[in-house]
This record gives sequence, structure tokens and C-alpha cells, in this order.
Amino acid sequence: MRGVTSEDPVPVTIELNGRRRSGRATARTLLTDFLRSELGATGTHVGCEHGVCGACTVRIDGVAQRGCLTLAIQADGRKVDTVEGLSDRKDALTVLQQALHRNHALQCGYCTPGILMSFSDFLARNPNPGEQEIREVLGGHICRCTGYAGLMKALMEAAAEMRGEPPQKSDSELAT
Amino acid sequence: MKPAPFTYMRPENLDETVATLSQHGADARLLAGGQSLMAMLNLRLVEPSVIVDISRMPELNAIKLRKGMIEIGASVTQSELLAWPELEAQAPFISKALPWVGHFQTRNRGTICGSLAHADPSSELPLALALLEGEVVLRSTSGTRVLKAQEFQSGMLQTARADDEIITAVRFPAGAGARGTAFREVARRHGDFAIVAVGVIARDDGTLRIGIGGVADTPQCIEMNADAGPDEVKDRIEHLAWQLGGFDDIHASARFRRDLVRRLAPALIEEVRACAV
Repeated sequence: MRGVTSEDPVPVTIELNGRRRSGRATARTLLTDFLRSELGATGTHVGCEHGVCGACTVRIDGVAQRGCLTLAIQADGRKVDTVEGLSDRKDALTVLQQALHRNHALQCGYCTPGILMSFSDFLARNPNPGEQEIREVLGGHICRCTGYAGLMKALMEAAAEMRGEPPQKSDSELAT
Repeated sequence: MKPAPFTYMRPENLDETVATLSQHGADARLLAGGQSLMAMLNLRLVEPSVIVDISRMPELNAIKLRKGMIEIGASVTQSELLAWPELEAQAPFISKALPWVGHFQTRNRGTICGSLAHADPSSELPLALALLEGEVVLRSTSGTRVLKAQEFQSGMLQTARADDEIITAVRFPAGAGARGTAFREVARRHGDFAIVAVGVIARDDGTLRIGIGGVADTPQCIEMNADAGPDEVKDRIEHLAWQLGGFDDIHASARFRRDLVRRLAPALIEEVRACAV
């Protein structure tokens, strides 16, 4: 049996975006705080801290879930993917990121990392989603700049492009 | 917010789990998917001194069909059950109601048994347990006992589980509702808690079973003959709506909840009759 007593920090090792990373956590340290404060991976955002807003969504062993409803110690030895791991270069955004960019699907960007982590899992498992299904998954995120219309357009486009359909042109490309 | 301090324990198997529960009793809380418990810990609505993590226990991670029942282990997530190829044929009601449980992201972690243990009266899975007349398997160091839905769900956020017991599995009758099944929910936003949730199934003996969640402290069910006339349906539902004893809260008034029951239940009865053979 693994046991961690109260406030004594213990080593926790995860595979963060493909790299082995270690830090220390107490029994009650949340995965979000471990990522941000201990490993410096601040791309994962913290909103409501009770699972409602979706800003903290990360992938654990490939599956999108709430970082704030996970103890750091529960992630020990597992693969954790965050927004930092989607693309390693500024000029090499993923199809999903490009679609958000093209459709102005973010304003302040606080909710964006969580949405990217949800849909990178969802679209990989459901390559041919209907609008209603995308709407339902997006319902697990709160955007207070209300960029939902842009997000819906971007997510539909990204799904189509990931299926191999031709990419959409951006407004600026169409203008020239 | 952050949780108050606790000791974290991750037993390797069920024997270790029940031994740990027997030692710590009411001071311990079981952590499976954590989609209710972690939120309550973060909000400090609960401050247990010991957290017992069963989320990685392989022996609790099975969905089995046996003796005419579907048995779902304690660490099976809502997403895993939704992806079970037999779900629509063996449990058509659950197949309809499960997409309404939380969101994609919370279903990826939240467990079937965890939702039953939390026993929120407006959750879909307690309604499924009551409507389908399922049973809950509990284990402690003194043995195993099986409780029927109505014995298990004792009140709002309350169950008959003793402090030293773990829910190892829940069982639903296989094929229940295959003759006709309907589910409808009214909530502020898809994935939020139901203001009213209604389920109806047609049973083999020619009766309909109607269940209502979100109004009373626990899901409530009634039965009637499948060929009941419009007046009888109206009277029975009217009586049920009052009997539920709904209350006013920030989401809806008791009167609005009664109105929803009056409108949704007869519509769903019609829906089930239309698909029943």
C-alpha cells in the first residue's frame, strides 16, 4: 500500500509532454498546483477549482480530465500532457490551434489551454462529430469573453481538416 | 480553494481497502473518480483525515454480464460504460441517460458507483438505479451484503453504506427497458444538475415504470398499466407531482418543478408506448 502522511512532501515523477519530470508534493497537493508551482508548467490555468470551468483540463494517459480534481500523487508514474506539449515551435501550431487562431476563437486566452486539451482528446477519439456533440464537449468549458461562436466554427473546421478535408482559408488570405 | 490536510492511502487490493476502512471508519473517504469528492475537498465541505484511493485497482475495473445482471465495478468510469459495446442492447435507459451525467471531461474520470455513493437527488445514475431496480454490492471486513435500490438510497446525499464499507459494484437487470425506454432532463445547461429528470421504461409484465429525479430527496418511482387511459395517467402524475414535495431553490420553484413533472411524464409515457412492441 502506498501511503503519504499529511504534510510531509514526497517525490512525484510524471512524464510531462514526453519528458520525465520530478518534483515534490504533499498528499493534498493538486495536480494543477504541482504542474504550475513545482514544475513551472504554467500553461495549465486554474479557474474555479471545483471542476466546473474547465480551464485546468489536461490529458492524463491521453484522456482529457480536470487537473484541479486530481491529486498530484495520483498522477505519479503517469503521462500528463498539457498545452505546452501540443507544439514545440511557435510557427508549427497543430491543426486545432491553427483553426482557433484563424477563427479568432480566443480573446483573453484563459480558457484556451483547457479547451485545446479537451478537443485534442475528443477529436482523436471521435473524428466525425456532429455540431451537437462538439457543443456538448465545449459545454464542459466556460469562456467569459464569450468566444463560443468562434470556437464552434474553429472546432468544426479542425475536425474536418483532421479527417483530411481541405483546410479553410483565413479571412486575411481571402482578402488578398 | 485547496483541500485541508489529509493522509493519502492507496491500497493494492480489496482486502487492504476494507482493512483500511475498518481501521479508520468515518474519518476515511473513498476516492474513485473524485468528480464529486475532490470538488467537496477543494471547497472544504468535507475534511476527512484519510483519503483511500481505489481509482487504480484492477479488480474493481470490470463490466460483467452474469445471471441476468450487468455488474459494474467501483472504478469503472462513466466514459468506459458509455463505450461498452453492449450498453444500448443491455441497458437502453442508461445508454440514454449517461450522456447527461456531467460533461465529457468529468465522465472520463467520474465513476458509476461514485455517483451512486454521492447520492445527489438530481443526478441521473441514482434515478437509473431506482427506475431499473438495481442493487448495490457492499463489502467490509465482516463480509459482503447486497442492498436493493430503495434500501440503499436513504436520503439526500445519504445512503445505507456503513462507514467501514466499500461499494464494490452496482448491478442492473440486463435488458430492462428493452421494450421501450425514454429519458428527459431539464437543466440550466447540459451537464449541470437536473432541475427535473424523468425516466420511463416499459416492462415485460405489461406495466410502465416511471421515475422522477431532482424533486424529492431521493428518486421516486411509480408503476401503471401500459394501457392506462389519459385520465388515469393525468391523475396518477398529478398525485405524484404533489407527493414529491419539491422545494424552492435558486434554480427553480417547487411549482415549476411540479409543472415539469406534469408535462414531461405524460409525454415520455407516450414516447415509450410508441416504441414498445
